[in-house]
Amino acid sequence: MAAGSAWRSMLSQVVGGAVRRPALSSFSRGMQTVTLIPGDGIGPEISSAVMKIFETAKAPIRWEERNVTAIKGPGGRWMIPPDAKESMDKSKIGLKGPLKTPIAAGHPSMNLLLRKTFDLYANVRPCISIEGYKTPYTDVNLVTIRENTEGEYSGIEHVIVDGVVQSIKLITEDASRRIAEYAFEYARNNQRNSVTAVHKANIMRMSDGLFLRKCREVAENYKDIKFTEMYLDTVCLNMVQDPTQFDVLVMPNLYGDILSDLCAGLIGGLGVTPSGNIGANGVAIFESVHGTAPDIAGLDLANPTALLLSAVMMLRHMGLHDYGNKIQTACFDTIRDKKVLTKDLGGNSKCSEFTADICRRIQDLD
Amino acid sequence: FSVLSFLSSLLLITYKMPLLQPPPAKYGGRHTVTLIPGDGIGPELLNHVREVFRFSCVPVDFEVVHVNSAVETEDDINNAITAIRRNGVALKGNIETKHTMAPSVKSRNNLLRTSLDLYANVMHCQSLPGVQTRHKNIDIMIIRENTEGEYSSLEHESVSGVVESLKIITRNNSLRIADYAFKLAREKGRRRVTAVHKANIMKLGDGLFLQCCREVASGYPDITFDSMIVDNTTMQLVSKPQQFDVMVMPNLYGNVVSNVCAGLVGGPGLVPGANYGHVYAVFETATRNTGKSIANRNIANPTAMLLASCMMLDHLKLYDHASSIRNAILNTMNETRLHTADIGGQGTTSEVVQTIMRFIQSKGQLTSEY
Repeated sequence: MAAGSAWRSMLSQVVGGAVRRPALSSFSRGMQTVTLIPGDGIGPEISSAVMKIFETAKAPIRWEERNVTAIKGPGGRWMIPPDAKESMDKSKIGLKGPLKTPIAAGHPSMNLLLRKTFDLYANVRPCISIEGYKTPYTDVNLVTIRENTEGEYSGIEHVIVDGVVQSIKLITEDASRRIAEYAFEYARNNQRNSVTAVHKANIMRMSDGLFLRKCREVAENYKDIKFTEMYLDTVCLNMVQDPTQFDVLVMPNLYGDILSDLCAGLIGGLGVTPSGNIGANGVAIFESVHGTAPDIAGLDLANPTALLLSAVMMLRHMGLHDYGNKIQTACFDTIRDKKVLTKDLGGNSKCSEFTADICRRIQDLD
Repeated sequence: FSVLSFLSSLLLITYKMPLLQPPPAKYGGRHTVTLIPGDGIGPELLNHVREVFRFSCVPVDFEVVHVNSAVETEDDINNAITAIRRNGVALKGNIETKHTMAPSVKSRNNLLRTSLDLYANVMHCQSLPGVQTRHKNIDIMIIRENTEGEYSSLEHESVSGVVESLKIITRNNSLRIADYAFKLAREKGRRRVTAVHKANIMKLGDGLFLQCCREVASGYPDITFDSMIVDNTTMQLVSKPQQFDVMVMPNLYGNVVSNVCAGLVGGPGLVPGANYGHVYAVFETATRNTGKSIANRNIANPTAMLLASCMMLDHLKLYDHASSIRNAILNTMNETRLHTADIGGQGTTSEVVQTIMRFIQSKGQLTSEY
């Protein structure tokens, strides 16, 4: 029960504290446009599941579907299609399914491209144990906030001489300060007690040292929130032994990638973890973080929970808490009931059956 | 034909097996090993190692070299490196890196590893009977590249407020570590090697590492080779760690994965680690913690350091002593009331060490007064 109410209180706050919400007249009255990017693999089927559930819940969302592929723009730089960009700039809110990234070839990662285009600097992943879905770890309640634009994922690599490759990890003062400020604002707005900076400043003295310094500086302005710093390896070590000791974690890109997936693993995997990306100009894209699962694409076996919970995060961000709560309750009840679970949750029902069950519960709730 | 056979025998000699020849610092049947106490819990744990060795009449003498982490000069660490070159083997505690000092003061531990070219960090994570953990039946060998990658310590501030840190991946080192991994897997009868990487993002760097692993794998058709992206790896480790056998990876991912695995089998106090090069070997605890908060309180777990010393004894070919101490440790592990705080008990370090020595004595081995 504790985890359930923690979910409710956690997600019932505004995601993204530092972003001032724009004038909400367009949110509360009438339909709000959201750019939907179905993605690849199982993306289209889980997106239609989410759309169906939203329709049943009568949420005032108008979906604008757009596809995102890498195209070469003028000057040879890779970019996303202009109609997708235009749609996002207008609606400011996006919901994204999984996008394919080829290994070691061709164009840069699509997810990376999206992030660069909209300056989505913060990746927020609340990891809270789902009651009804048992894992070896109970009572997990933490949030990972990951710097999303620079660090090890700058994409700058060179072959120095044949057989020697250099990858550049970039840490800047501005980005570090921005993510630290976001983390503390988030902690304050969501009643979290402490923020922990994760780093490896004993080895990467200058880069992580800079990140740490900025975090310390920002912490001075938020005396009500406890600030601690911990080495990445110590966090990993303690995380698998006792995840309850962590609250909000803020870190650069690579560590954030690894740790947020580690935490997702603690609560049951990427199939049940929501995620939100916050950008500088009020833009927010919520996404499911699992892969495209090409082996089950098109077979009606996919689990739409991750995308659904991200969509709920999105509703709350937009101030539509009632709809968000309704859909979330229905989803959790279905999981707790264990009667129509998809394969990855331990059952053998189809995606459509799972979706239908949630829709039925929503109708019963009305 | 004779030239060919001569050349091939030369190749055989220069081609070193993972388990090296014991170093030449042996006189009158006694080995000399460099001991670096380090900071935090290092000194007290290494004292216990010496206590146990003295008690069991192990023919090893320790040459103690202190490294002061508070000074900026590198004289201390250079002395330690010279001592290790002389003796060939070392046992060490972790040397603290105060990151309040200038960035030019590099990590002493890292300096040691790169100067001695200890390119392979080997860690064997096994579920120990008698220790309560969430996951059972874990048996993973982790081989981590120890000298390059993100730990190259090459950083600069090109523009004010913008810092670049270079991660270097070379073909030679990647081939070397992959080769080590496969050889070790074959030697220990392991079936599968998994390369951990992030080549979908770092296409050139980790792409090169992966390619080298694949090349080496083709020479070992009896061992299955697959690869996994690091974030998926950590997720799999916390849900189903039993699927992993041997894992090989670059430096930073090695840091993350080895700490996750150590946490899965019971914590930093239980797992020993070894750093091997072509010529030298340095043994320490696997997760390299300084443990400042628990130093000098008699609550640290001596298991990891003692098991590391057993690995060192194996390396010195003192197999009998190694197994006698190891068996004593595992028997002590079964006594739950002796567990130290990190594995959920209330025992003290000295109680654990006394019990280990009593077990050694009970087996009828030659022991000295204690």
